[in-house]
Amino acid sequence: MKYSYFPGCTLRNKAKDLDDYARACAEKLGFSLEELTDWQCCGGVYPLGADEIASKLPSVRALNAAKKKGQDLVAVCSACYHVLKRVNDDMANVADIQTRANNYMQLDTPYTGETKVLHYLEVLWDVVGFDKLKEAVVNPLTGRKVGAYYGCLLLRPSSVMAFDDPENPTILEDFIRALGAEPVMYPYRNECCGGYISIKEQEKAAGLCKKITDSAEGFQADCLVTACPLCKYNLSKNSNLPIVYFTELLAEALGIKEAQE
Amino acid sequence: MRKIGVFVCHCGSNIAATVDVKKVVELALQEQGVVHAEDYPYMCSEAGQVRIAEAIKENKLEGIVVCSCSPRMHEATFRKCAERNGLNPYLVEIANIREHCSWIHKDMAEATEKAVILMRAAVAKVHLNAPLQAGESAVTKRALVIGGGIAGIQTAIDIADAGYKVDIVEKEPSIGGRMSQLDKTFPTLDCSACILTPKMVEAAAHENITIHTWSEVEKVSGFVGNFTVDIRKKARYVDMDKCTGCGICQEKCPSKKPLNEFNRGLNTRSAIYTPFAQAIPNVPVIDANACIKLNTGKCGICEKFCQAGAIDYTQKDEIITEQYGAIVVATGFDTIKLDKYGEYAYNESKDVITSLELERIMNAAGPTKGHLERLSDGKAPKEIVFIQCVGSRCSDDRGKPYCSKICCMYTAKHAMLIRDKYPDTNVTVFYIDVRTPGKNFDEFYRRAVEDYGVNYVKGQVGKVAPQPDGSLMVHGVDLLENKQILKKADMVVLATAIEPNPDVRKIATMLTASIDTNNFLTEAHPKLRPVESPTAGVFLSGVCQGPKDIPETVAQAGAAAVKVIGLLAKDKLKTNPCTAKADELRCNGCSQCANVCPYGAISYETRQVNDHGIREDRRIAVVNSALCQGCGACTVTCPSGAMDLQGFSNRQIIAEVDAICR
Repeated sequence: MKYSYFPGCTLRNKAKDLDDYARACAEKLGFSLEELTDWQCCGGVYPLGADEIASKLPSVRALNAAKKKGQDLVAVCSACYHVLKRVNDDMANVADIQTRANNYMQLDTPYTGETKVLHYLEVLWDVVGFDKLKEAVVNPLTGRKVGAYYGCLLLRPSSVMAFDDPENPTILEDFIRALGAEPVMYPYRNECCGGYISIKEQEKAAGLCKKITDSAEGFQADCLVTACPLCKYNLSKNSNLPIVYFTELLAEALGIKEAQE
Repeated sequence: MRKIGVFVCHCGSNIAATVDVKKVVELALQEQGVVHAEDYPYMCSEAGQVRIAEAIKENKLEGIVVCSCSPRMHEATFRKCAERNGLNPYLVEIANIREHCSWIHKDMAEATEKAVILMRAAVAKVHLNAPLQAGESAVTKRALVIGGGIAGIQTAIDIADAGYKVDIVEKEPSIGGRMSQLDKTFPTLDCSACILTPKMVEAAAHENITIHTWSEVEKVSGFVGNFTVDIRKKARYVDMDKCTGCGICQEKCPSKKPLNEFNRGLNTRSAIYTPFAQAIPNVPVIDANACIKLNTGKCGICEKFCQAGAIDYTQKDEIITEQYGAIVVATGFDTIKLDKYGEYAYNESKDVITSLELERIMNAAGPTKGHLERLSDGKAPKEIVFIQCVGSRCSDDRGKPYCSKICCMYTAKHAMLIRDKYPDTNVTVFYIDVRTPGKNFDEFYRRAVEDYGVNYVKGQVGKVAPQPDGSLMVHGVDLLENKQILKKADMVVLATAIEPNPDVRKIATMLTASIDTNNFLTEAHPKLRPVESPTAGVFLSGVCQGPKDIPETVAQAGAAAVKVIGLLAKDKLKTNPCTAKADELRCNGCSQCANVCPYGAISYETRQVNDHGIREDRRIAVVNSALCQGCGACTVTCPSGAMDLQGFSNRQIIAEVDAICR
């Protein structure tokens, strides 16, 4: 199975682990990620201005490129996935944005939200299957107590993201279980880490992060997994609890991590 | 050519403000056969009816058309008026120029045009109307009440007191319903069991009441006055006549794993059980899924200990068939499932409970013997948070759009009782609005706030977060002070929305009674016929019709009983003559009509027919006019056009269509 792949900017520098392990694990699990040529930054945040078009165009270009290849578009970074999926929803359902974006793009065939946007976790869940994933594990993470940290971008707004139950998600817990580790349930796994507010109000972000990591530690988590570079940055900055990308944990369980190192 | 009179009603300004009634009269007079036409402000009034009567006599009218409101409203009125004045009531046609015209149009010219067309169609039809005669059917003087909660019990007692036989069908092992699970009742705080149990005993002892518990309605056929109902009496595995209710079987039963439904699953019960001590009948049932003997063939301990020899593992479900004149639905409610409300951690924490679960915890016969304690560690909670409107007044698809109506009051009750019994426990209530209309209701709520120091916070809760130390962090908002609230609690109680009992869909389908989008049974008129279903002979009692508290339920139960008594007091009912009829010369006996008939009203007989001089035996459809409801499904299905609906014949309908298209 081949997918169009949108890595995103952060994955080229700060979040290189997230990207490298994702690609390596994909090969091992029998699907491949074909990086789009000339992809541009998704913008990092979904623009909330109702008349904002320019900052949505990079996503439209990526979505249209995947459409031309006839492939689903996979992202591994929560923020990229979030922006791509919401822009795609606009292109399918908001007539005004659809018209203006297409007027600007001047494509041969207008783009109207045809591409299916998937998160890497959704490929593991729906295509590979967690039962098959479990069979592929060579280095089960037995005894490890791992807390899933979802943050907000994967889950909300749930009507558009339709990723998992926004109040009580389970996909990361199932993933952790498939790797042989024990998922730790703690109540703040879907609460906001502060996002970009850490640039402006350090204290505020620190408070939000502390609530999350204290709770996870209270429930005996050894580490947290995330799919978001910004969440990892914020949480790591404000706590000593190890924060790892889910792909790193995956690579470890599949026996790829040592090989790469 | 029939002489037709047309009467155009103003309905005050309801019609006349949008429809030019004078013009309708003027154009009516140009219709074929119309010899008289007039308008009047209120045709349904005494004076209006006098005008119709005089017109019938003066002009020797052979048919009349009333252009007015919906026939649902006043068709009967005008039919009676015609009948009093020597005109067959089925020679009256209503042109609905209110609901179908004036109320839905704004432009007078357009509305008038439509009113004229509707008038023309009715005139065209009434020319072809046949003078039908209503038949009669006998009334079975026995009522069925589905559901044995307080609504069903009260309805049954009231009907029985009037001298009619009543059967209660209850699917649980005992009557009593939700009210039997409650500890105290608002606003007087009297013990629920103390006021309910005497009613249960009264119903059981009443010579006119038969109670079928552990039973379900399986099939309903027939019509008002003549329902035939199959009731499944589920295998109890205990002989009702022999059992003395000593309870030794429940004590000795080794299978103690099944969740106790009566205690909302907070503890377990034995496989052979009565749901609660005051159960009526005081005869246990065996839960076939949990019984060791029934599943493995080994055990039989209850049989060994039963002095009365009442245990019978060979019992099978039994279907009994009964006849009824009226059916009352009193199927009650349940609380909604909370799966979609992950933010309240109901599934994660044992100390997040629903209000009905708290009711069992507070009850002396409940899982904690009435001691208020946390189900996780048995400790007494010192800080309790109540969250209102969980799933009620909900704008998305997670919950219900309506107000569950009882939660504000029972939460005030719980808060007050806890503060009274455990003064060192703090109680906080998060609410959207406090709704306390009802006699002595607001006074009750104010007592909770003013005398008992319950802390009411206007605002909702976004998250209940279980903490590593076992406490619960409640993240809420105080809208009056415009601030976020973080409150550490030992117990959180969710005022969970109520919804009609899930079985009601099945029952409504059997009764062809309509239900709304929330599965509440629809009343015949929301204001003027609140306890009757639109389906004749079916009545509504209690929460199956809409959320209500105990006083309202009892009042409605009595009202439903009065309607039933009024029906059963009649010896004969007039039947609707607008039923289907097969033309024996056209019918080829193909059976298609019988296949589509929802009432099982069509059968076939072989009859000798004379088809243009040729005599031969043919298979012909025969309609049982007592069962036929005049829906018309057969008439449109019949491939040879043999089936016709009296009062709505194919010719009449085509005449109407022609008039509209003219």
